[in-house]
Amino acid sequence: MSTTRYTKDHEYVRVEGDTGIVGITDYAQSQLGDVVYVELPAVGKAVEKGGEAAVVESVKAASEVYAPVSGEVVEVNGDLEAAPATINEDPAGKGWFIKIKLKDAGELDALMSQEDYDAYVKSIS
Amino acid sequence: MAKPAMASHVHLTLWTNEDFMADIGESLLQTPLHAQHVAAGARMVPFGGYDMPVQYPTGILNEHLWTRENAGIFDVSHMGQAWLVGPDHETTARALEKLVPADMLGLKHGQQRYTQLLTDEGGIIDDLMVTRPVDPAMDGKLFLIVNAGTKEGDYLHMAARLPADVRLERTDDHALMALQGPKACEVLARLAPEATEMTFMTGRFMEIAGIPAHVSRSGYTGEDGYEISVPDERAAELWDRLTADEAVKPIGLGARDSLRLEAGYCLYGHDIDTRTSPIEAALNWSIQKRRREEGGFPGFDRIKGELTNGTARKRVGIQPEGRAPAREGSVIATPDGREIGVVTSGGFGPSVQTPVAMGYVATEFAAVGTDIHLIVRGKALPAKVAALPFSPHRYKR
Repeated sequence: MSTTRYTKDHEYVRVEGDTGIVGITDYAQSQLGDVVYVELPAVGKAVEKGGEAAVVESVKAASEVYAPVSGEVVEVNGDLEAAPATINEDPAGKGWFIKIKLKDAGELDALMSQEDYDAYVKSIS
Repeated sequence: MAKPAMASHVHLTLWTNEDFMADIGESLLQTPLHAQHVAAGARMVPFGGYDMPVQYPTGILNEHLWTRENAGIFDVSHMGQAWLVGPDHETTARALEKLVPADMLGLKHGQQRYTQLLTDEGGIIDDLMVTRPVDPAMDGKLFLIVNAGTKEGDYLHMAARLPADVRLERTDDHALMALQGPKACEVLARLAPEATEMTFMTGRFMEIAGIPAHVSRSGYTGEDGYEISVPDERAAELWDRLTADEAVKPIGLGARDSLRLEAGYCLYGHDIDTRTSPIEAALNWSIQKRRREEGGFPGFDRIKGELTNGTARKRVGIQPEGRAPAREGSVIATPDGREIGVVTSGGFGPSVQTPVAMGYVATEFAAVGTDIHLIVRGKALPAKVAALPFSPHRYKR
């Protein structure tokens, strides 16, 4: 049983136990366009909620990906280096960026539910 | 992934700050093809004062590759079209030669040339295409195409410097579309068979499916292709006819930028501006022999000196060795950390499948193959000075 929470900056965190799997939403990938490069943090790096966790680049633009929650990076999706387009094809699945060992599960409460996020995207698009 | 951050990066890549200020202060203009873009599902962005398609639903990568393999059609109606009109070719050509360094007098009937409007200091006010009509009865006229964001300034600049017997006539009631790619010729020939007879950098009037058009065989992608000027009221009709061809897809400004970068072309306001001379920008080829010897254009003293003694910096191609693109503004350094220049255009090249860039470096580092570093997000990434273009030009000579 997993829960997914969203930020206003269009990152998601899917919580499995004490680990959060972080990526960008389908809306985000559609806005970015074809992803050609991803810069991921080192495993073991401590990230702060709202701090820069990764960089994603489309043909035209570079964008920061912020950590939706604080914690330690325990795994990164190395497959993205060779196949960055996975982020466009399957953002919620194979296109995940990093796994974070949650420092404070309470941080999740401030993030949006699926329903809230869907309404948010509708309001800005 | 803050949306404002994404937007600001798009600004950096697509617009000059001046464009952006103009865009937020004034309402956006629309080209005669605006409804076509909206109907095709384009994402519209402000560019050069106009509401323009940056991409269609298939995305920049697919649009780019489609153009290199088939034919893409681009709405470039935001660009400025005008005629210089004088009593005879020599008078009009000499009037323009006072403003640009290319040989205008020597233009043959139907010949097109690339040149630059220069400041008195030899800086580039704009770059433009000039075509002499085929028909000797039109001698004394030259057709100009200038950039969107600079056209008002260009026209004021030119009008203030023309002799009494040469005038500038804006053609604001004409749209402009570019049909580009290896299949452009066969596509256009289906509607206008004489299109096949044209060679690269020539222009002529013709009817395309009954629509009167001024057509040149040129473009901004490195591929064979045409730029087609038609009256506003016939533009949508021609666009619809051309896009009905299964070899043709509409292409937005995003792929236009990646195509021209691979082709090694300058984007005004980014790779060239009033602070760069044509020689620094490696546009020496666009200044013909007679002009180099005789001068008679703004900034001649500087440009003559630069042609003789070289320049302190030079525009070069840059091939990053890794997968990370280096964007406009990235500092260029030597491998031991000395700052030697800056990236002026940079991104990902969909055809070459690597990041590509261009920028200015101190001339001692301008040789192809020189090892350099690009500073991206605080990290020094290895790169090499590279020959331009990245993607070979495939013109119909």
